[in-house]
Amino acid sequence: MASSVISSSPFVCKSSSSSSKKDLGFSSFTKSSQISIHRCQKKSISRKIVSVMAPQKDRSPGTTGSVKTGMTMTEKILARAAEKSLVVPGDNIWVNVDVLMTHDVCGPGAFGIFKREFGEKAKVWDPEKIVVIPDHYIFTADKRANRNVDIMREHCKEQNIKYFYDITDLGNFKANPDYKGVCHVALAQEGHCRPGEVLLGTDSHTCTAGAFGQFATGIGNTDAGFVLGTGKILLKVPPTMRFILDGEMPSYLQAKDLILQIIGEISVAGATYKTMEFSGTCIESLSMEERMTLCNMVVEAGGKNGVIPPDATTLNYVENRTSVPFEPVYSDGNASFVADYRFDVSKLEPVVAKPHSPDNRALARECKDVKIDRVYIGSCTGGKTEDFMAAAKLFHAAGKKVKVPTFLVPATQKVWMDVYALPVPGSGGKTCAQIFEEAGCDTPASPSCGACLGGPADTYARLNEPQVCVSTTNRNFPGRMGHKEGQIYLASPYTAAASALTGHVTDPREFLQ
Amino acid sequence: MATSLHSVNHALFKSASTSSLSPSPVFRLNSTTAGFNFKPLISSSSAIITRAAVSSSESGESHNRETFHGLCFVLKDNIDTDQIIPAEYGTLIPSIPEDREKLGSFALNGLPKLYSERFVVPGEMKSKYSVIIGGDNFGCGSSREHAPVCLGAAGAKAVVAESYARIFFRNCVATGEIFPLESEVRICDECKTGDVVTVEHKEDGSSLLINHTTRKEYKLKPLGDAGPVIDAGGIFAYARKAGMIPASSSG
Repeated sequence: MASSVISSSPFVCKSSSSSSKKDLGFSSFTKSSQISIHRCQKKSISRKIVSVMAPQKDRSPGTTGSVKTGMTMTEKILARAAEKSLVVPGDNIWVNVDVLMTHDVCGPGAFGIFKREFGEKAKVWDPEKIVVIPDHYIFTADKRANRNVDIMREHCKEQNIKYFYDITDLGNFKANPDYKGVCHVALAQEGHCRPGEVLLGTDSHTCTAGAFGQFATGIGNTDAGFVLGTGKILLKVPPTMRFILDGEMPSYLQAKDLILQIIGEISVAGATYKTMEFSGTCIESLSMEERMTLCNMVVEAGGKNGVIPPDATTLNYVENRTSVPFEPVYSDGNASFVADYRFDVSKLEPVVAKPHSPDNRALARECKDVKIDRVYIGSCTGGKTEDFMAAAKLFHAAGKKVKVPTFLVPATQKVWMDVYALPVPGSGGKTCAQIFEEAGCDTPASPSCGACLGGPADTYARLNEPQVCVSTTNRNFPGRMGHKEGQIYLASPYTAAASALTGHVTDPREFLQ
Repeated sequence: MATSLHSVNHALFKSASTSSLSPSPVFRLNSTTAGFNFKPLISSSSAIITRAAVSSSESGESHNRETFHGLCFVLKDNIDTDQIIPAEYGTLIPSIPEDREKLGSFALNGLPKLYSERFVVPGEMKSKYSVIIGGDNFGCGSSREHAPVCLGAAGAKAVVAESYARIFFRNCVATGEIFPLESEVRICDECKTGDVVTVEHKEDGSSLLINHTTRKEYKLKPLGDAGPVIDAGGIFAYARKAGMIPASSSG
């Protein structure tokens, strides 16, 4: 679809017709989407887009003559989990849950409510479908935080919970064979994410697992307490917004850039109560970890869940980690989508989200005058093995030392080990850890959520002063990493690494091309 | 211990009837000047108290949500959960009464400097404000229930926002901690912190926000699908009424 329209205005195409995958021309919506989604105008923009994208009710009959109503992936997953043959957006249904995840912050409250409502002697609905993953406030002297892990241990013992990734020796994470780290990464690594299933977690970034073609969303303690007792939850079927990302991914671009691009496009409330379904040739080329990064930040657009159709990449990852049978589902050709966005990924550039909102999008290269005080690479969003590999690759290509403190927090034990063991391609056999050391980064820390959400005062890399930080994490609202006046620029691992080398927000092309 | 997915966990029947439940620590047991009526849904031995008034037993349709008056606290758009309750307080467990009290004392501590009024005066445990008025996307961010819990624990009775983030809204509904109402216009631009307001619920299910200080009235949106769950008093009460989970000991 090359045309002069592409060079002058974006790569975004919005369309109101969504029943087929035919190529759509670039509409005049590109102009309106260029009216940047700054917060002061965001409201009117999002209203405008939503009102134009009327749900498609009337469809011409399928050529096969079938009268079956098409459903999206999410609708199909929920229908099956509710033992119904058909659901439509807006239906309130009771859904069977395949996996419930909780961690140290919300687990005690969820179990507390479970006991209060079902009785002190109550038993969970299925001790093999609950995964308890301490990860938030682990390596701290905070007594309450430590108490919470102990409380979870008691509950897991009493209920015979099969999957409890416990930690007892806080001084040496490696001494804990069961401990994993960040829940969303651990869920995937341990084979708990399977296409077609319903996964709930007491954490907003549970939507990460949608990368596996399942329905995955975050819930609170009370809902979790309910699920603990019944294995069911009341859900409202969300309509689906489709995001088709085509084109070849530039070498300096990562999934983080894609999702920041999208959130900047539709705003932090652009997908509220909706599913974000990602497909297209670019998506097909992404690794599972990159797909996880994409789905991870769906909640930052207000999305209920994110979903990517499972393919060979998905099956290869999943089948190596679990023997539980599963059945993937896919959106029907005649399914209804409430909005359609198309991106030509080859035209995109590295972006950041400026303080203080994930939708405050700007090109990284346009922020090159922003002086920064530190860089943080970690979290479920940007602390996986491939995220560290990317940062290491850039550091190695640059051959320089960082100009600001650069904190590295691997998400899980496995990621930590990869950082120390796996050779970085093109570096002559060096590991990430070696490259990080040569670049002058801080030593990779104990795996956990770390400073992504601030945490107790003694949390490693917490923002305790009003500093400027480039971070591979997911939110940058005031106070997110600790200090209320801290300024957080959300970025990809490449952008974070490049910024560390210059001491300013920096486009990774400075070092990668 | 495998239970059929088709049936409710039958182990619950046994445990619910033989155990004695301690009083629900989350829901407020004392109403202050004016508040929602409390009425146990289940027998007094379980002492589960709900915040919102219970629907009458004859018809499942009617509701008697109480009207209340108080001061309002005005916020703008995108108030995320870390501003409502900074993540460092996430070590407190909302289902433990003393922790819940403490959460209340820290409510809205994360607000940046541009908000000159404190929702809870440092040193105090409760707020003098009953109604929180917000803009778009109220409660965005985390799924941590500490957010609606701290507001309810601090004494707030309702949020009236232009729109909500879904997990926060859902948590308000499930816990019954605070009534989530939606305005039709941008009330946060027309009200000031400290204005005296009334939230009035009408027979037909609609609600009204009356600002006595500015002498303006605002129609609020009906609760929609969340209505029955809110009226029942939260997800557990609703599920019991719907027969999804067993009522605890009868009589």
